[in-house]
Amino acid sequence: MQQLTEIRWHARAGQGAVTAAKVVAETALAADQYPQAMPEYGPERMGAPIKAFTRISSVPIEIHCNIENPDIVVVLDDSLLDIVDVAEGLADDGIVIVNTCTPPEQVRAKLKIPQGARVACVDASGIALDTIKRDIPNTPMVGALIRLTGVVDMDAFKQLLAKNLSKKFGQEMIDANWASVDRAYEEVTVA
Amino acid sequence: MPTHKTLAATGNQVVAEAMRQCAPDVMAAYPITPQTTIVEEFAAFVAKGRVHTEYVTVESEHSAMSACIGASAAGARVMTATSSQGLALMWEELHIAAGMRLPIVMANANRALSAPINIHCDHSDIMGARDTGWVTYFAENAQEAYDNTLMAVRVAEHPEVMLPVMTTLDGFITTHSIDRASVMDDESVKAFVGEYQPRNPLLDMEHAVMHGSFAGLGGPYFEFKKQQRIAMENARTVIKDVGAEYSILSGRPFDVVEGWGMEDADVAIVVMGSTAGNVRHVARGLREQGAKVGTVKIRVWRPFPYAELARALKGVKAVAVLDRAESFGAEGGPLFCEVRSALYDAVDRMPVVDYIYGLGGSDVKLELIERVYGDLADIAAGSAAPATLTYLGAREEA
Amino acid sequence: MKWDISQIGSWTYKDFPPGAVIPEAGNSVAYVTGGWRSERPWRDDEKCTQCLLCWIVCPDSSIKVADEKVTTFDLDHCKGCGICSQVCPVDAIQMVPEGCDLPEVK
Repeated sequence: MQQLTEIRWHARAGQGAVTAAKVVAETALAADQYPQAMPEYGPERMGAPIKAFTRISSVPIEIHCNIENPDIVVVLDDSLLDIVDVAEGLADDGIVIVNTCTPPEQVRAKLKIPQGARVACVDASGIALDTIKRDIPNTPMVGALIRLTGVVDMDAFKQLLAKNLSKKFGQEMIDANWASVDRAYEEVTVA
Repeated sequence: MPTHKTLAATGNQVVAEAMRQCAPDVMAAYPITPQTTIVEEFAAFVAKGRVHTEYVTVESEHSAMSACIGASAAGARVMTATSSQGLALMWEELHIAAGMRLPIVMANANRALSAPINIHCDHSDIMGARDTGWVTYFAENAQEAYDNTLMAVRVAEHPEVMLPVMTTLDGFITTHSIDRASVMDDESVKAFVGEYQPRNPLLDMEHAVMHGSFAGLGGPYFEFKKQQRIAMENARTVIKDVGAEYSILSGRPFDVVEGWGMEDADVAIVVMGSTAGNVRHVARGLREQGAKVGTVKIRVWRPFPYAELARALKGVKAVAVLDRAESFGAEGGPLFCEVRSALYDAVDRMPVVDYIYGLGGSDVKLELIERVYGDLADIAAGSAAPATLTYLGAREEA
Repeated sequence: MKWDISQIGSWTYKDFPPGAVIPEAGNSVAYVTGGWRSERPWRDDEKCTQCLLCWIVCPDSSIKVADEKVTTFDLDHCKGCGICSQVCPVDAIQMVPEGCDLPEVK
């Protein structure tokens, strides 16, 4: 893995982007990496477009500024594609991962992205409704993220997910979340 | 030796953890963004029985600090936290806590002051409390916020000091970012901070005393202020001693002024808080290209380490100060005025230029820091230094 | 503890207790404020019904009482404010100019 990976999350407030950024950071810590995760806070309320940032590095992270040239962009809500330039500043070999039913070729056509960058799509909301029975796409999106980037370890992520969920829920919910992660891992497609 | 646990946690989480480990007798606090999660987390520790603190919910920051003062005079170890307008509302009590020599420890989430309303980071709030008589630490990241909190208790309660201490961390940037930080085990912290031995506690019924007395015209008010000045001077040594002791436990170095690349630097940036990391990152890159750049981070703002700073900047050809607060009508921001004053007695005085940056949470992009180092290189090469301060990154007319 | 403040007028910053704490509670009794007075209270024992209203209202605790009866005034601390005279329901307390030689006034 390269020394520093920068992820930018786009979502609507309430979809769990901040939580996802946090869990990915915790997973990275478990692998003895240096994580940093921060939301771009504002006076937003549920539904407002938000951004969150994750940095993962093999050496201590000194910088404290927003991520403007992300290696990875994760979009939790495809309605944002029309109102936010989610690919802004994307690295030339970067990747945009979108929660959508639309095929990646069509999404790619919508975005202004570098030639060498990839676009990946997965119906994380559909998967979440099938498995967790609620539209919380953040967890399956991490499954897709891991498949495409290997930025954190799948087993470590699932263990941490189970640990976090077990504070409030039983094994059934843990299994449902694991299933959502596995399905997104399998079903994500790239263009 | 202590055992250490590495966490992925926000600055506020590790400050709350440090406070729990210090086991204050009383916390009186009022929530305010972006400090709220400190007192929220601490309240949860109280509710779960993980700390036995009398947690006083109050109706304002004015009341919070008043309750802290009362509890501290009574003989309790007292902690609280605030931010921005909350710190401003505490203003008169800040002076009282210091004047009554009460070793209260308070975290401040550095945030802009209204108007216009803004919830994001700058140092305007803390600079408004500059002359209140509190010892003041700045943290670059969550780790330093944790470390500063533990050291603050020792400094505040030291018999030669007995002053309130503020530990500050940058709002959102440090308070709400998840960062990697190492915390010590409870027993080691307990042994390090020790048991508080109050001086003249009100609740000592065997030795009844009076706090808050009058020292008016012709009275010794002037003498009491001199006592405060001496206590603050004493804090210089105590801060270093406590820092040295803590470094052995933590394995992390501590100094009131922390330099990077200063051994042979031609130009240097002086900075406080989270931006110190951004500056060091840029300096590292420039060093790789052969530029002799350095940076000096101020970790303790009061008492101001003027001698250490002058030593660190010795031989430098040009200095830039990054000020995250305004002092309207002054020659520069608050840090600039201190730095220039500290360099007045230097044998070879160098140009010192001021940049106001990051007000209201304005993002501190790396290219802004690169621009400052570029300006410094020009000045060191003989260009005239700008006559006035620069608003770094503010939109300019075309 | 006895706090010796006899030399307080020449104390420096080194001598004052930090934080302006007074380490001996109740020592205000040693501070004689009777000299501030321009009028002193005088009580007519014949008229007095011993209702003790004066004792309740005196801001300087200068009404001396024994066996639930007013005996005299603490003239070391009475500042001559006259509240006792104002509240007395039977006009048993009068304020007389300080220095007036009345043998009844103790």
